[in-house]
Amino acid sequence: MHRRTLLTGAMSLGVAAPALGQTQPIEIQFWHGLAQPLGGLLEKRCTDFNATQTKYKIVPTFRGSYPETMVAAIAAFRANSAPHIVQMFEVGTGTMMNAGRAVKPVHELMAETGTTIDFDDYLPGVRGYYSLSDGRMMSMPFNSSTTVVWYNKDAFRAAGLDPDKFPETWQALAEALPKLKGAAGTEVPMSTAWLTWAQIENFSAIHNIPLATLANGFGGLGTELQINNPLVQRHMGNLVDWQKNGLFRYGGRNNAGEPAFPSGQAAIMFTSSGFRARVSREARFNWGVAMLPYYQGTPGAPINSIIGGASFWVMNKGPAAGGGRSADEFKGVAEFFKYISQPEVDAQWHMDTGYVPVRRASYAIARDKGFYRDNPGADIPIEQLLRGGGVLTDNSRGIRLGGFVEIRTIMEEELERAFQGQQTAEQALAAATSRGNQVLRNFQRANRG
Amino acid sequence: MSATIDVEALAAASRRRRMRERVLTHLSLILGVAIFALPIWITLIGSTHDTDTIGRGDVPLLPGGEAWNNYAHAWSQGGGGRNTFAVPASTMLWNSFIMAMLIAVGKIAISLLSAFAVVFFAFPLRMVFFWMIFITLMLPVEVRIIPTFQVMTSLSLIDTMTGLTLPLIASATATLLFRQFFLTIPDEYVEAAKIDGAGPLRFFKDVVLPLSATNIAALFVILFIYGWNQYLWPLLMVTDRDLETIIVGLTKMIGIGDTQNEWNLIMTTAVFALLPPVAVVVLMQRWFIKGLTETEK
Amino acid sequence: MRKKVIFRGAALPYLLLLPQMAVTLVFFFWPAGMAVWQSAQREDAFGLSTEFVWFENFTDLFHDPIYLNAAWNTVIFSTSVAALALGAALFLAVQADKQIRGAGLYKTLLIWPYAVAPALAAVLWLFIFHPSIGLVGRAFAAIGITWDFRVNGGQAMTMVIIAAAWKQVSYNFIFFLAGLQSIPASVLEAAAIDGARPMRRFWTVVFPLLSPTAFFLLVVNLVYAFFDTFGVIHALTRGGPGNATETLIYKVYVDGVQNLNFGSSAAQSVVLMIIVIGLTAIQFRYIERRVHY
Repeated sequence: MHRRTLLTGAMSLGVAAPALGQTQPIEIQFWHGLAQPLGGLLEKRCTDFNATQTKYKIVPTFRGSYPETMVAAIAAFRANSAPHIVQMFEVGTGTMMNAGRAVKPVHELMAETGTTIDFDDYLPGVRGYYSLSDGRMMSMPFNSSTTVVWYNKDAFRAAGLDPDKFPETWQALAEALPKLKGAAGTEVPMSTAWLTWAQIENFSAIHNIPLATLANGFGGLGTELQINNPLVQRHMGNLVDWQKNGLFRYGGRNNAGEPAFPSGQAAIMFTSSGFRARVSREARFNWGVAMLPYYQGTPGAPINSIIGGASFWVMNKGPAAGGGRSADEFKGVAEFFKYISQPEVDAQWHMDTGYVPVRRASYAIARDKGFYRDNPGADIPIEQLLRGGGVLTDNSRGIRLGGFVEIRTIMEEELERAFQGQQTAEQALAAATSRGNQVLRNFQRANRG
Repeated sequence: MSATIDVEALAAASRRRRMRERVLTHLSLILGVAIFALPIWITLIGSTHDTDTIGRGDVPLLPGGEAWNNYAHAWSQGGGGRNTFAVPASTMLWNSFIMAMLIAVGKIAISLLSAFAVVFFAFPLRMVFFWMIFITLMLPVEVRIIPTFQVMTSLSLIDTMTGLTLPLIASATATLLFRQFFLTIPDEYVEAAKIDGAGPLRFFKDVVLPLSATNIAALFVILFIYGWNQYLWPLLMVTDRDLETIIVGLTKMIGIGDTQNEWNLIMTTAVFALLPPVAVVVLMQRWFIKGLTETEK
Repeated sequence: MRKKVIFRGAALPYLLLLPQMAVTLVFFFWPAGMAVWQSAQREDAFGLSTEFVWFENFTDLFHDPIYLNAAWNTVIFSTSVAALALGAALFLAVQADKQIRGAGLYKTLLIWPYAVAPALAAVLWLFIFHPSIGLVGRAFAAIGITWDFRVNGGQAMTMVIIAAAWKQVSYNFIFFLAGLQSIPASVLEAAAIDGARPMRRFWTVVFPLLSPTAFFLLVVNLVYAFFDTFGVIHALTRGGPGNATETLIYKVYVDGVQNLNFGSSAAQSVVLMIIVIGLTAIQFRYIERRVHY
């Protein structure tokens, strides 16, 4: 017995020795596009993961804004030095999906490394955006948000409106706007950030109308834009009219319009659910969150909104055959993904940052911790993502268009011309459709290979 | 009698007119200076107040009391809103300084050598080399920006000081300038050197360099400013926050509505960004003007 | 131009040229060649499938109304910047040239903007013209002008022009002043004796003598407005609103870095190359002729 334990002891030492001798963890390069303070919170998740094991080491680097990170990753790939993981914003999904052998789909990664993640527990909108039509995941969802409405309760009260009931329909909101003019010191009743995301993309999703053919691009590269439809025309026309009458103010590209809300200039703001941290810090008035309004009488409306944010893509090293990655490296990536998919980790991320929890289990954890009792309205974005019973339609699964960054800019440019009075809303949508379709055709042609 | 009065009246009128002219001249110049000084004045003032005052819109015209706070904060911690990453001004200033110095010194050094070779030697392909260098004038870095970025990625020079400076040394302004100047060096100098038995390198060190001193000084000013003020190239090349230069860092502080801009810290950083190049220009004014106007590219 | 007395050397000249040639080949010819090569291709972002398309990228450009809009913006922008910068500089140089006290001080005070980076000038002017917190911006609001360059294209263009021209005035000022001061006093006196009023004297005598300087500056200012102003536009308006301030050089960046359309971006670079070569060639021919005065 002694001898046997000694022997087994020696044998296990013999086996362990090489492992002990191998002290260098495998480095996994991870490029992300989150500036402070969110970037710091993300990097904390990486250090936390590194602390749970010694075999792999995630090395996060902030690579600039999302577009900058994207172009850096692409250039690195061309130069055979791509990072293992790159955080890509949702708008770049179309490009990444068609990246061929530049990326390693997550479902393949999971299968090859024998890792399992319960994607069925993920919110449908989150999962659907980043998966193939049969449900297989292409990228790893992480930081997701959606568009909601932020409104100034004091202004509502001063205007004689119920501060705890934000209008559910655009018709009701249209009636409320003139009353809000000048209420409680605000300059303009309504404004928006992320014009296309809030007022066209999410607008189309919740009304269950298509943004583009072939299920918003999920069905293939031959997709064409369909934004020039009666409902969107009606809505854009309304916005242009309201801008003329001082009931709405266009605030600029991306989130340039956001400061107008906490400063008290605009009584209503359409923007990301992640805006919460800033509002709670800066607003000096009572405020509330509400779901996006819809046009009454639209069949099927309202259903779920779609997400924004970013996901993690796994990249091969370079164009050379084989991809240039070892099985160990892929295993490291898979382990990291498994770590961040844990409900506790995800729930904490949600509570720290204002992004939505991506899993129902994390949602439950946050609820059990009383997070939504302490932060009223923080569950509205999640409820909105689950609106309509959590069943996605082709119009509310998400958007998968190639060259989408360019298409969004095109839509913004054309609508800006409409806001300046240089063209009507219909003309803007028509011009955006034809220019956008050109981008789609170019993308289709370039990605045939 | 009448002649005397006429002359006096005329002289007085002429004096008045000249006085008027002088006053007008001074006024216009003062107005000009004001227009050119206004932005810097407001920036200086802005850097001495706190965010709230500026954010409220009470744009001040007189200094406030926050100067020390702001400058210390920007220097050691950086600023620019709670959502952009804060790089201390001291780091950015240092990076800009190294970059500008490397570009200025590097360009001057290799241009001196090349101009010397092209002017004072006869060798096959001489004019071919000259034209190859000359062509680089035709393409400022902004035009070849994307391919240069791809080249740098291939060479793994992204986010390095080498990668930041080398492409900007590649253009030929200095070489051309030196060439023009060297052509004006009288032949007698060269003959004298040959008679003395001095080789080309001695000639270069003892004759050409001292003669070129003013040109070198002028070029240094121009190239230092050029290097310091680079924007597009560092914007693309640098994502490592430790390598951020101050001009690019400053513009990144202004979120496009991303967050409440901390304008006071932005203005402070702007003052930091301005001081070295302005100091160089003002102090080396004489050589600078000479370099610009006498050699004209 | 050839010196009569030269050194003979076998390896030395090549060695002397080596540093510059090395840098030039790697950082100039290689990317420039790549730009030309890429301009004839259509490829996906990752470079995994490429298609050789000859001049298609170029023909697409010239049929694209947005490209033509950028070209038009560039023309407006450059000529306005040049006119404004040259005009202001000429005026100030004339004033500073007169024999007045403090001329040296004025000179110093007017030269320093040369040191300011275009991007920094943009930030400074942003601070002044901002609708909510800028001195001028709020003044406009106070007197009832709706001033918001984030929404109004014309106002955006105006701001960008002012910011870009402001910086260039000192450069022009130095040259004009030097030019004025090199006009022989005898010429001026002769014109004064002829009895011409100062304004006429200026336009008939002084300006023609300044014209070589003015021409040189015109070309320099145009090249500056074409290329160096990327920083101004990127910092102030990002080419918006609605493409109002998108110039050719800005579009190269947008198409390359944002839209990942490397073929089109390269084609645009090639077009710009040709324009610069043209402008520089004109400048050099003119300067070479000038030297013979």
